[in-house]
Amino acid sequence: MTPANAAEQAARRSYGRLVAYLSARSRDVAGAEDALADAFEAALARWPLDGVPANPEAWLLTVARRKTIDALRGRRRGEEAAAWLEWLAALETPADTVALPDRRLELMFACAHPAIDAAVRAPLMLQAVLGFDAATIAAAFLVAPAAMSQRLVRAKAKIREARIGLQLPGHAELGERLAAVLSAIYAVYADAWTDAAGTDPRRRELAGEAIWLARLVASLLPQEPEALGLLALMLYSHARRAARRDAAGVYVPLSEQDPALWERALIDEAEGLLHLAASHGRPGRYQLEAAVQSAQLEGRRRGRVDWVAIEQLYAALCALTGSPVAALNHAVALSQAGDAAAGLARLDALQAELGGYQPYWAARAELLGRGGRHADAREACERAITLEADEAVRQFLRRRAAAWG
Amino acid sequence: MEYMLLIHADPVGFAALSEADAAAAMTAYTAYTEALTKAGLIRGSNRLKPADMSTTVRVRGGKTEVLDGPFIETREQLGGYFLIDVPDLDAALSWAARCPGASHGTVEVRPVWDMSRE
Repeated sequence: MTPANAAEQAARRSYGRLVAYLSARSRDVAGAEDALADAFEAALARWPLDGVPANPEAWLLTVARRKTIDALRGRRRGEEAAAWLEWLAALETPADTVALPDRRLELMFACAHPAIDAAVRAPLMLQAVLGFDAATIAAAFLVAPAAMSQRLVRAKAKIREARIGLQLPGHAELGERLAAVLSAIYAVYADAWTDAAGTDPRRRELAGEAIWLARLVASLLPQEPEALGLLALMLYSHARRAARRDAAGVYVPLSEQDPALWERALIDEAEGLLHLAASHGRPGRYQLEAAVQSAQLEGRRRGRVDWVAIEQLYAALCALTGSPVAALNHAVALSQAGDAAAGLARLDALQAELGGYQPYWAARAELLGRGGRHADAREACERAITLEADEAVRQFLRRRAAAWG
Repeated sequence: MEYMLLIHADPVGFAALSEADAAAAMTAYTAYTEALTKAGLIRGSNRLKPADMSTTVRVRGGKTEVLDGPFIETREQLGGYFLIDVPDLDAALSWAARCPGASHGTVEVRPVWDMSRE
């Protein structure tokens, strides 16, 4: 990471802490963002040049306060001024900013509150916790900037007007509410990967930001195994990012990746997290998916993948989530574990639901090809190609189709 | 902060209940109202007569138009409300979930505009 990137990240971290701290007091996320906007912009411009100040939060608060005073001076007396005066008091630098309470977890719970539209939860987190602007978020989520901006404004108005509390949910609700937070973080990560070629730097960075959010949740809720499971899952995936494309930019499936290109430190960290999560004895979706990754990577390194174990993990995942994508993976694992007929039968049953999903046809092609039905395999592969938008993956699929030619 | 819990339900379903089930439903509402009262949170509550008892009024061009029937014809109708005063949305949602109307219909939780703060 370059010093400029590090400074930008430091600015985002401090900004998020302050938005969370101010929102928790005022219940007004948009107001907190507005109060800090100029200071944050100044930090993004100056910290990469001057270095990160010794006390970044105090720096931001001081600038925000000065900007608020300027804004007040430029205004006439009236209602508007009353609101600015309230913010001025809120921006008072606490005697000890190092001990500034970290309310980012509470802010994340508010962003992923069930009263907030599920589609806006991930964008809202990126904006409120990390300070990304609406245009950047809109580009990442392939939404028109005006539409994204409108959704974000509406969500923040709802937090304020309906008074969504910035607090941790009670014990009875924690599991369900945490699932919504984790799902929004995973959406940030998954979205970053839809630009798998990494041609759009704004989206590539999002994967790193998603991991950072997951790290934050895992560090603040270490007793929640699913929080650890999600972080482990994303680290396993992130560790392999350099191996996903060959020199020509063509997609490389996991079974053909060069393990030497995997980032060992991230995998080790994921292994540790997964072990810690498992010790709680409360399995969940992310832990199971991370365990599949662990088994795959371990198998690749040893030269022999334990497909029976992977089949069992996917069976548990299917039972837990009922997700058709999990069922697709289960079908592939069944086939790999030796029961090709059962795998294909499972795929047949999924066709109505997943007929428009590229990985379904790619998996079907592989299973048919392995069974010697080359013409059928080629046909399924061609279906997959028509459904795939990423040229790198299309190229890979074309090669596969040709192999059955 | 005040929230209005608006109970939307299908009156046909309620009318079709056996006498015993209807009595049980009324008891549930009484118990719920008592719980809200004991907690000191209730600001008002009423059950509304069915929407086919509704009459709508509007004035257009200085002329008063009176029509038989509700504003919007739907299967689920506004059947009653509780006005409660609780600290935040989570508290309102948890009271809404305890409302008997949530089990046979749908409860809409709407924050009340505090005009004294405008």
